[in-house]
Amino acid sequence: MNKLIKAFTKESAVVPFIAILLGLLLGAVIMLIGGYDPILAYKSLLEKVFGNPYDFGETLTAITPLIFTGLAVAFAFRTGLFNIGAEGQFIMGMTGATIIGVSVHLPWYIHAPLAVLVGAFFGGFWGMIAGYLKAARGVNEVITTIMLNWIALHLSNYIINDYLLEPGKGRSYMVDDSAAVTIGWLSRILDDARIHWGMFFAILAVIFYYVFLWKTKQGFELRVVGSNADAARYAGINVNKGIIKAMFISGTLAGLAGVFQVLGVFLNQAVSASPTGYGFDGIAVALLGGNTPIGVFLGAILFGTLSYGAAGMSFGADVPPEIIRIVIGSVIFFVAAPGIIRWFIKRTFGKKRKGEVI
Amino acid sequence: MEQARTVVEMRNITKRFPGIVANDNVNFKLSKGEIHALLGENGAGKSTLMNILFGLYQPEEGEIFVNEQEVAIDGPNKAIKLGIGMVHQHFKLVHPFTVTENIILGSEPKKWLGLAVNKKLAYEQVGNLSKQYGLNVDPYARIDEISVGMQQRVEILKTLYRGADILIFDEPTAVLTPQEISELLVIMRNLVQQGKSIVLITHKLKEIMAIADTVTIVRRGKVIDSLPVAGTNPNQLAEKMVGREVSLKLDKKVAVLGDPVLEVKDLVVKGRSGLNALNETSFVLKRGEILGIAGVEGNGQSELIEALTGLRSVAAGSIRISGVEVAGESPRKISEAGISLIPEDRHKHGLVLDFPVRENMVLETYYQPQFNKNGFMDFDAIDEHATRLVKEFDVRTPTIMTEARALSGGNQQKAIIAREVDKNPDVLIAAQPTRGLDVGAIEFIHKRLVEQRNMGKAVLLVSYELEEILQLSDRIAVIYEGRIVGEVNPAETNDQELGLMMTDYKQPQGGSNIEQAD
Ligand SMILES: Nc1ncnc2c1ncn2[C@@H]1O[C@H](COP(=O)(O)OP(=O)(O)O)[C@@H](O)[C@H]1O
Ligand SMILES: [Mg+2]
Repeated sequence: MNKLIKAFTKESAVVPFIAILLGLLLGAVIMLIGGYDPILAYKSLLEKVFGNPYDFGETLTAITPLIFTGLAVAFAFRTGLFNIGAEGQFIMGMTGATIIGVSVHLPWYIHAPLAVLVGAFFGGFWGMIAGYLKAARGVNEVITTIMLNWIALHLSNYIINDYLLEPGKGRSYMVDDSAAVTIGWLSRILDDARIHWGMFFAILAVIFYYVFLWKTKQGFELRVVGSNADAARYAGINVNKGIIKAMFISGTLAGLAGVFQVLGVFLNQAVSASPTGYGFDGIAVALLGGNTPIGVFLGAILFGTLSYGAAGMSFGADVPPEIIRIVIGSVIFFVAAPGIIRWFIKRTFGKKRKGEVI
Repeated sequence: MEQARTVVEMRNITKRFPGIVANDNVNFKLSKGEIHALLGENGAGKSTLMNILFGLYQPEEGEIFVNEQEVAIDGPNKAIKLGIGMVHQHFKLVHPFTVTENIILGSEPKKWLGLAVNKKLAYEQVGNLSKQYGLNVDPYARIDEISVGMQQRVEILKTLYRGADILIFDEPTAVLTPQEISELLVIMRNLVQQGKSIVLITHKLKEIMAIADTVTIVRRGKVIDSLPVAGTNPNQLAEKMVGREVSLKLDKKVAVLGDPVLEVKDLVVKGRSGLNALNETSFVLKRGEILGIAGVEGNGQSELIEALTGLRSVAAGSIRISGVEVAGESPRKISEAGISLIPEDRHKHGLVLDFPVRENMVLETYYQPQFNKNGFMDFDAIDEHATRLVKEFDVRTPTIMTEARALSGGNQQKAIIAREVDKNPDVLIAAQPTRGLDVGAIEFIHKRLVEQRNMGKAVLLVSYELEEILQLSDRIAVIYEGRIVGEVNPAETNDQELGLMMTDYKQPQGGSNIEQAD
């Protein structure tokens, strides 16, 4: 318990909290300028999230993919890589799961795991391409992952359109029941919110993230590569192999987000004109969480809650939901600019101290 | 003899930086016509004090008197006006310009009512100044064509051209070869003979003994003592500088040579530019000896180290460790074959600064069975290992969980040496092991290297500090342009001879020297 208090009093933990506060404040100011009532808006946001079992369950569903994509981006960060491609890896994960879910027919205890694994592998493979290009050809991963995002989007649209399309629906056939990973009884308790096993896997992924990076030798290697690639080389660590491996794992995590959206939430994959946004939100979550396991977990919860609750804001206070993107944006801005926060802390708390002296 | 006039007096100077008092109530007096050494370890506050005198920093407290007048030096321009000039450690020259253009920059002689630069006059003035003080600088040469030593002289000329009577040199010898150092000392004598006064910042005792009249010792921002050099000795100065007794002489038993353990034959390695950085380099290293590789920086030393440790590919030739060929193997294979490296750049190559000490201690051995249990890293074992090394090697760190970044340079280096020595290698390569460290840390590290050699390990010492090479080595190989141009016995040579070999002026003389077959 003492440890917990300590962790929260450290400056590193205080900064995100103040950033959130400042972000909400800025959102409120903007609402005021726009002629809306911020208190009512935030109240309806909370009501939307906690007001009834269904919305609470759906909030959990909104949080789950963000945990995965947040971890994906954070994992790459820890290895010194900026994975902008979680989006594409997410889409490839969906596609892999859809292909298996729709086109093969197996008993559930094989079908669901197989769909999960194939989807995860698709995502991992997609990440690995960027890793390989960086390791073997020195191509910056920021550029390749951005390009791979678009390739993934159109490749997946092509696969669905040409092979998996349910006629007249603009989406794939529904996946078999044997491939679905929904949790019926829990959904029923929560008024038919779309609850699925992905939630628990997301928590497992947080644990994996921590254990792998901080407790295994492979994780150690990747962290050395990420913190000081030169020292890694001197220590006999194969930096290029590390980059490829890290991008594979990162891609797998992002892919799993997509997998569970298909097998747990939508049960099909729609032909889509634009990226889903989950991958990009992952970047924000990773930033918000400082690439730590708990940080990403909490970051995803915050991000998911705000995003889902935004709908309530427009319903209850007539505030356009885009305002909440501004709030999220400014929270990230303040997290990324801790100097501003320190200045803020100093001003608010430093002044008091001065006053006491006089 | 009458008392010389005081040209600079700094009284009760205090200067604080966030978290540190760089100068704490410092008093400093410079007399006319003297060379006054400012001695102290790294971070003692020497540069800070002189930057204050040159107007680069403003002190929080204290007064400055120049020629017995109280002055406020609010910037370098004011300092120059008062006749103060400073030669910085890092030169501030414009490379494509000529020597003269650099010197007159900002105070050009004008013609045509100030509309144009009187170049002819400028070249003449610079040439005369150079002659007057024996600097031997070509006023027409371009900066990128001349050596580092010459560039330093251009900096000196710059201050003289602006009429400086008081010259501050900040660690001027750090970048020079032995020949250039002795030439610089001659120049400094010339300068004081013609009435200039000099402040010489250094942490090299030898230079002080050789040239300074007075020495002021600074430790942790405070002046410890100020005394004439004539009545002191290096041991006493070292003690005052470090704050405890240090032995400058290494106790070294006679080397007990064993079998050859590292055999390098006709090694060819390409450098960054694609040209050969090593040209058929050959040497043999035996157990129980320290082989010093002497040479001016950039003659293939870095490439040699990288090739020996598997970081750079080998174009031709062979590297054998205890008879086993390892040329072209991976760094890990070579490390396991028995080579350890104390790298030249400890921040870039030796440590992960963001990692705690305990993880840095297993940077190369983390994968070995003793640090793993059931597929996971065994942090109990890793902690135990780190705790033991920290104690054995006197690494001053609050805990083993402290980030390496927070340690001082000396303690970072101790941590690296602890890690490398603990690998129990047959060959220990030490690249610039004491660069930037102070006397206390240097003493510790030298002792450890000799200890390894006494235990029958082979030590390859690569250093640009001749003094270090001469002090530690049992045998010295001189490297020049990627070739070993000669081997000498440290007992029978001196830095003059070595310096000449390092620049390939001549081959070694004397029967005991082994000529390299070419
Ligand atoms: N500009 C600066 N900002 C903050 N700290 C400084 C600055 N310059 C020097 N210091 C600190 O002041 C101390 C004295 O530094 P310095 O005068 O450069 O030492 P020396 O020249 O004797 O090696 C050191 O601890 C150094 O880190
Ligand atoms: Mg200095």
